[in-house]
Amino acid sequence: MSPIDLAVQEGQDTSRQQRVVNDFSIQIATVNGSGSQTANMVLLRSLLLMGIPASGKNMFPSNIAGLPTWYTIRASKRGYIGRKKEVDFLVAMNPETAKEDVLTLEPGAAVVYDEPLKLNTLRSDLVFYPVPFDKLVAPVCPDAKLRRLVRNMIYDGILAKILNIDPALMEKALGKQLGKKAKAVTLNAGALRAGWDYAEAHLPKQDPFAFERMNETAGKILIEGNAAAAIGCMMAGVTVVAWYPITPSSSLCESLIGYMKKYRVDKTTGKATFAIVQAEDEIASLGMVIGAAWAGARSMTATAGPGISLMSEFTGLAYYAEVPAVIFDVQRVGPSTGLPTRTAQGDLLSTAFLSHGDTKHIMIIPSSVEECYTMAQEAFDLAERFQTPVFVMMDLDLGMNNWASDPFKYPEQGIDRGKRLDAETLKKLGEWGRYKDVEGDGIPYRTVPGDGMPAYFTRGSGHNAKGQYSERPDDYVENMSRLARKFETARTYVPQPEIDRVPGAKIGFIAYGTSHWATTESRDQLREETDVKTSYLRLRAYPFNDELVQFIDTHDRVYVIEQNRDAQLLQLMRLELTPSRIAKLRSVLHFSGLPIDARSITDDVLSQEGYEVIQKTTVRMSAGSAGGE
Amino acid sequence: MSTPIKINRIGLEPAVYKGGKTTLCAGCGHNAISERIIDAFYEMGVEPSRVVKLSGIGCSSKSPAYFLGSSHGFNAVHGRMPSVGTGAMLANKDLVAIGISGDGDTGAIGIGQFVHLMRRNLPIIYIIEDNGCYGLTKGQFSPTADLGSKLKTGVVNDLPPLDTCALAVELGATFVARSFSGDKKQLLSLLKAAIAHRGTVMLDVISPCVTFNDHEGSTKSYAYAKEHDDPVEEVTFVPFFEDITVDYDPGTTQEVTMHDGSKVYLKKLEEDYDPTDKITALRRLHETSRRGEFATGLIYVEPDRDDFLTQLNVVDEPLAFLSLERVRPGREALDDIMESLR
Repeated sequence: MSPIDLAVQEGQDTSRQQRVVNDFSIQIATVNGSGSQTANMVLLRSLLLMGIPASGKNMFPSNIAGLPTWYTIRASKRGYIGRKKEVDFLVAMNPETAKEDVLTLEPGAAVVYDEPLKLNTLRSDLVFYPVPFDKLVAPVCPDAKLRRLVRNMIYDGILAKILNIDPALMEKALGKQLGKKAKAVTLNAGALRAGWDYAEAHLPKQDPFAFERMNETAGKILIEGNAAAAIGCMMAGVTVVAWYPITPSSSLCESLIGYMKKYRVDKTTGKATFAIVQAEDEIASLGMVIGAAWAGARSMTATAGPGISLMSEFTGLAYYAEVPAVIFDVQRVGPSTGLPTRTAQGDLLSTAFLSHGDTKHIMIIPSSVEECYTMAQEAFDLAERFQTPVFVMMDLDLGMNNWASDPFKYPEQGIDRGKRLDAETLKKLGEWGRYKDVEGDGIPYRTVPGDGMPAYFTRGSGHNAKGQYSERPDDYVENMSRLARKFETARTYVPQPEIDRVPGAKIGFIAYGTSHWATTESRDQLREETDVKTSYLRLRAYPFNDELVQFIDTHDRVYVIEQNRDAQLLQLMRLELTPSRIAKLRSVLHFSGLPIDARSITDDVLSQEGYEVIQKTTVRMSAGSAGGE
Repeated sequence: MSTPIKINRIGLEPAVYKGGKTTLCAGCGHNAISERIIDAFYEMGVEPSRVVKLSGIGCSSKSPAYFLGSSHGFNAVHGRMPSVGTGAMLANKDLVAIGISGDGDTGAIGIGQFVHLMRRNLPIIYIIEDNGCYGLTKGQFSPTADLGSKLKTGVVNDLPPLDTCALAVELGATFVARSFSGDKKQLLSLLKAAIAHRGTVMLDVISPCVTFNDHEGSTKSYAYAKEHDDPVEEVTFVPFFEDITVDYDPGTTQEVTMHDGSKVYLKKLEEDYDPTDKITALRRLHETSRRGEFATGLIYVEPDRDDFLTQLNVVDEPLAFLSLERVRPGREALDDIMESLR
């Protein structure tokens, strides 16, 4: 018998008898293109209005209409916003997946379903609430064409009644979600009430789940990471944007267009202080960004893995010719087209060394929507300071899901335009060489066309310190060594790791990006369920700095938690660490396309630590139907 | 008595417009084009610090190093110069961009970016130094090689050529011209008119490769080009700053006023030719190529269409030089956004 039997700790047979308040997940299974996103957002907003910490994650297909989609809302009184593996409450609206969705539930879970699907015959250990959606929608929506869209709002009304959501707050959330569309608000409010009334009359409460008001969300905003990054770019003073639509990054530039049109148009002239171009492809996007940055503009693009692959050649040019560029990589599942609408941290390794020859690139890695906002600003400073491409490594989970956050703070500091030659510096230097290391930090001074400073010829071919064409071995070595020196300098400029050291902890965790949320929850699980204490380093950038080494040195074993198959961060670390440090590293990997969850980390770590973990769930879904798990 | 120093209208000497020493083959058509570019920018009195020289990869793309040495230059990656040029112009609309490409750089790897550059009507002078072959990799056919043209090795091209001028007309370029590196007068007039134009200039210049494609059987040799050059009109350019009145017969000469007020006089040769009509332009291009000849001159011009930067409605100052106050919205903007997200 194992020292720890997790199944006992999570024994559902007993716990489900007790009331479960503000600590469960709801999964809504619908067909995409059916307006369910509105209903789901109204539900999420209602919980936040009730002061309950909640998060929503969309698991959608690469399709416009007609395929299965799942939306999971997790309420957590302790504030956990990572994905929860188990579904406690299912809303089964999609005939195609309903059976499988029900079969994979934990005993004791509850199901609201479309009555004709007759799901209640499938299992006897669940709570079932049948709802005749078609019958309910007809009277509230006379226009038959709109019924398909309004129908989903009915489940919000049902859930409000069953789970104790304040209907007034839900109507407020509806108003917020639909904005000025008065007709749609009226129609959907009717559907909400129809759902509520039906539940009140026909669905007596049988499950243990309920919401109760809390006071944990006051002042919070709800925003997706892509929009947060867009606001950051605008505040950073971006002037040139070139992009090519690709999931999951498109909404970054689309949000940016919206904000810029509103806040960056000169009020007196009506003219824009920016140029945003939808390019012909990702290659051209980066080409435009490089051309603009070379000419002195703050410029950026946003893409996903396939775009990163296409940008490889231009990235090498910008690295070698030393041109700033800010590139957002909202990572999705690869390789190739992969799972375009699912999340991953799979581009780390290829981006770190993107392009041929010896190249290394700065990557910064936000974990939260707030960091999407702040790091977007830092990215421009770093790109101009180091005259090099800077990659902001987001992912689909962060970029496309809505996250509650404290409001963003106005940037109090100015911006860093880097080493730009001016008359005074030129006088001091005497002679200027474009690629000359004046201060020993590897960073040369640059000029831009039209700034009145000396011109130079920028090239991706061999060049010497003066920027002249050169194939001389000594020139090449000197230049490449300086570029390496510049990268060393970057170690102290990039966002530093955040470290939580726990006295006596022999185990260290390293995670980055969205894995952060499941990681912090897993640390609590380990501490509370097993007394395993962990310290934690949240990595925020590449290149690494000394703190990473110190962290490894002060722990016996270090788990590197990632959302990819090949332990990409760990591999990057191996390149710089000594063998004795490498020997301490272990991997926790999650790469199903769904966001990583705490329980998976906890189980994996315990198993690697020699505990016998009894998996409490069986295999939950066949390979063919992605989504539910 | 000292000889007076020759200067242009902004007081600069011709030497200011020169570049580094060419490393291309002696007799290469590209060198002649570089010389005409130097002449054109000097004669038009363009401030070199306002000019950006861009190129892709190949023999042609080396040439920006050989003219306008005091201008910023950017030798980018193969076939992707249009995007880099676009970015530079977005950053600073006051710049004068000249892009040098080749027939391989444009017609093969770069055809996608070429297409979209033409569509946007970005203000740029895009020159194809067209020799029908890849010089830098020793003479393989390029996409502009004519059907039946023969390599030195005897290999015959059996694929139809791309006509970059016909494409440019079709795609929306507002100044499309073709010339021959051996025709100094026509090339210089066209280059000066190109500088006076605001929009995309696509100038295809037949520029023989003396090393790999100047032999009997090649359709891009000096001998072949001289023989088959078929000018659509005689081009005379009069810049806006020169007070010259040209007496012309409206029956035989067409006057086109460029964006900056300069005038181009196009004297008709054998038949009527109206370069402001797309259909006329395309018909002439097809007719001449069917005869195995190539039409030269100002093929198509649309001097008044809005360029890309005008369409984007950007502020008058270069975006690159806007101060932080202009590009960072105030506190109230962020408050406003935060409020909308609650």
